[in-house]
Amino acid sequence: MAEADARAREGLTRKKARPGRIFPVLRIRFSTLVTSHSQFPVSLTLVNANVSEIRIPQVQTQPEPGPGAPEAPGDGPPAAISEVRRFLLARGNSALADRGFSWLMLLCGLSIFVIVGLIAYELVVRSELTLHKFGLEFFFQVFTDPDTHLKLFWDPVNAQFSARPFVYGTLVSSFLSLLLAVPLAIGVAVFLTEMCPLMLRGPLAFLTELLAAIPSVIYGLWAVFVLVPLLRDYVNPFLIKTLGWTTLFTDENPTGLGYLASGVILAIMILPIISSLTREVMSTVPHSQREAVLALGATRWEMIRMGVLRNARIGIVGSIILGLGRALGETMAVAMVIGATPEIHRSLLANGSTMATVIANEYAEAVGDMHLSALTEIGLALFVVTIIVNALAQVMIWAVTRGTPAQAR
Amino acid sequence: MRTVADGVVTGLAILATVIVVVPLIAIFAYLIYKGASSLNVAFFTKVPAPVGETGGGMANAILGSAMVLALASAIGVPIGIGGGIFLAEFGRGTKLAAAIRFTADVLNGVPSIVMGLAAYSLIVVPMGHFSGYAGGVALGFMMIPTVCRTSEEMLLMVPHAIREAALGLGVPNWRSVLSITVKTASPGIITGCMLAFARVAGETAPLVFTALGNQFWSTDLNQPIAALPLQIYVYALSPYDDWHRLAWAGSLVLIILIVFAVSLVRFVTSRGVLKGAS
Repeated sequence: MAEADARAREGLTRKKARPGRIFPVLRIRFSTLVTSHSQFPVSLTLVNANVSEIRIPQVQTQPEPGPGAPEAPGDGPPAAISEVRRFLLARGNSALADRGFSWLMLLCGLSIFVIVGLIAYELVVRSELTLHKFGLEFFFQVFTDPDTHLKLFWDPVNAQFSARPFVYGTLVSSFLSLLLAVPLAIGVAVFLTEMCPLMLRGPLAFLTELLAAIPSVIYGLWAVFVLVPLLRDYVNPFLIKTLGWTTLFTDENPTGLGYLASGVILAIMILPIISSLTREVMSTVPHSQREAVLALGATRWEMIRMGVLRNARIGIVGSIILGLGRALGETMAVAMVIGATPEIHRSLLANGSTMATVIANEYAEAVGDMHLSALTEIGLALFVVTIIVNALAQVMIWAVTRGTPAQAR
Repeated sequence: MRTVADGVVTGLAILATVIVVVPLIAIFAYLIYKGASSLNVAFFTKVPAPVGETGGGMANAILGSAMVLALASAIGVPIGIGGGIFLAEFGRGTKLAAAIRFTADVLNGVPSIVMGLAAYSLIVVPMGHFSGYAGGVALGFMMIPTVCRTSEEMLLMVPHAIREAALGLGVPNWRSVLSITVKTASPGIITGCMLAFARVAGETAPLVFTALGNQFWSTDLNQPIAALPLQIYVYALSPYDDWHRLAWAGSLVLIILIVFAVSLVRFVTSRGVLKGAS
C-alpha cells in the first residue's frame, strides 16, 4: 500500500510538471516553487519551522493515510513516521513509558516466532527416539510379519514403526479432494467475480465464510450419518460397476468408509477456502485488463481466460496450495470416515489412515516411548510439510495481491 | 464457435456454483434441522447419562469448554492484540513486521493437531497427567495469529489524523494508542476476537490428548476436563441413538456460536471507520 501510495504521488507531481516541457520558463518557476516550498521550514526560525512542518504533512497525509507518507516528494527514501509524529514523540516526559509500551508490543509480536520455535523444538525433542533409530527410513521402510510373512508397517507391540501407510493415506485423500474441489472452486470464483448478479454476491460470500468456519468435527458428524451411507448405498456400487476395471474401485469394503469418503469430505471442507481466495485474487486484477481484452472483440470467456485467469494464475495456484495445506492437516473429519487401519491399498474404497488421524487416534493411548516418539515424528513431518506448503502459498498469493489497497479485497 | 464456447463456459460456471451451493445449503439445513429437533433443556442442565440409560445432557462439556476457552482467551487475546498493535503502530514498513506477519499467516495454517502435540509435550509431560490447562494453552496458541492479524487490519483502518490529533494535544504515545487508536478500532478488534474464539471453540484435534474429556461434572482445570467438540466426537462414533442425538444438539450450539461471530464481523466491517476491513 505504501509503495502504491508513493508511486501515485510521484505520478501526480510528474503530471503537474509536464506542462513545463512546452513552456520551459514556466517549468523552472514551478519546480523552484515546489522545492522552495519543501525546503521552506529549514531556513526559518525554530518556532516557524514547527508550525509549517505541522501544516505540510497534514495536507499530505489527509488524502490517503499510508505508512510511508513522504515529507517532500522525491526527497530520499520515505520515512516510516512522519516529521510531526517524530517531533511530538521525542518531546515530553512520557518517553520512558512510551519506550516500555513499544517494547511490550514488540514482545507480543515476537511471540509468534517463539511459538513456532517452541513447537519445532518440542517436536524434535519428543521424537528423538525414532529419529535416531530409523532416520529418514521411517517414512519408507516396510517390515514383514514373522508369522504370516505379510507386509507390516505399524506394530506398536513389537516397536516396529513405518509412516509409509500414513504418508500414502494423506497424499491420496488430499489429492482426491483437490481433484474434486479445484474445478468446482474455480468455477464458483469465476461465476462470483465475473457473472454473478450483485444481489447474489453478498449472501454467497457470507455462506462461504460461514462454511469455512464450521468446525471439522461437525463436518465429520455429517459425513458419518449422511455422506457415508450415501456413498455405501449408491455411489460405491456404481463406481465398482463402471470403473471396476481400473482396479481403483474394488468391492471388498462394505462399510462405505475409506479414502474416497475422506476425499469427498475434505473437498467439501477446502472448497470454501479455495474459492474465496481465488475470488480475492481475481478481484485484484485491474479492470483495465478486462476492458482492454473486451475492446479487442473478445467474448466474455476469452476475456476471463486472457484478461483475468492469466493475470491471476499465480495467486490461484497459491490458493490451491493453501487448500492443500488445509487438507493435509485436517484431522477430525477424516478420522471419523477413513476407517483407521495402518495399511496401503490400491483401491480408493478401502480403509486407510492419514498422518493426522493416526496421531489423533493413538496418541492418548500410546504404548511405550517408541510409539509416542513415532507418532510425534509423524507430527513433526506434518508440521514441516504444512509450514513449507503454507509459506509457498502465501508468497504466491502475495505476489498477485500486493500493491492493492486492503479495501479492494 | 467462439460464442458457443462462451455459452458453454458460462453454463459450466453456473453449474459449478449450483453443484457447490445446493449441497452446502443442504448440509447446513440438515445440521440445523437435526440439531433443533435434538436440543432440549436437559442438554444444558444434565450431565451425561450412564451407558444404556436415555436422557442426560452435556452440561459438563459446556462448562468444560467455557473454562478451557476462557483460559485460551486469556492467553490468546492480549498477546494477539499486542502483536496487532505492534504490526500496525510500531513496526509499519519494517522487515521485522513483514516477517511477523508472514509467520503469523503460516502459523495459521499449521494443523491444529500439531498444536495439540506441542501442548502435550509442553504441559502434559512435565505435569504427568492430562489437564484442562494443556487444552487451554493449545487453543490459546491457536488464537494468537488470528487475533493478531485481524487486530492489525482493523487498526490500519483508523485514519492517521486521529492519532496525530491525540499526539498534538500532548497525549503520550501509549495513551494515544490505547485510548484513541485501539478504542476507535475496538468494535473490529472485539469481533475479530469473537471469530477467533468461535473457531477454536470447535477445535477437537488439539484437545484429544490434552484435555482428554471427562464424563463427570468437573471444574478442575488441573484434571482431565470435558469439552463440547470432544464430546460430539465421542458420541458421534458411539453405537447409541441417544448419544447421536446429543451430538447433533452439540453441533447446533457450536454452529450458532459461529453464525453469530461471522455475522457480527460482517456487521461491524460494513459501517463506520472500519468499513471495508476484511
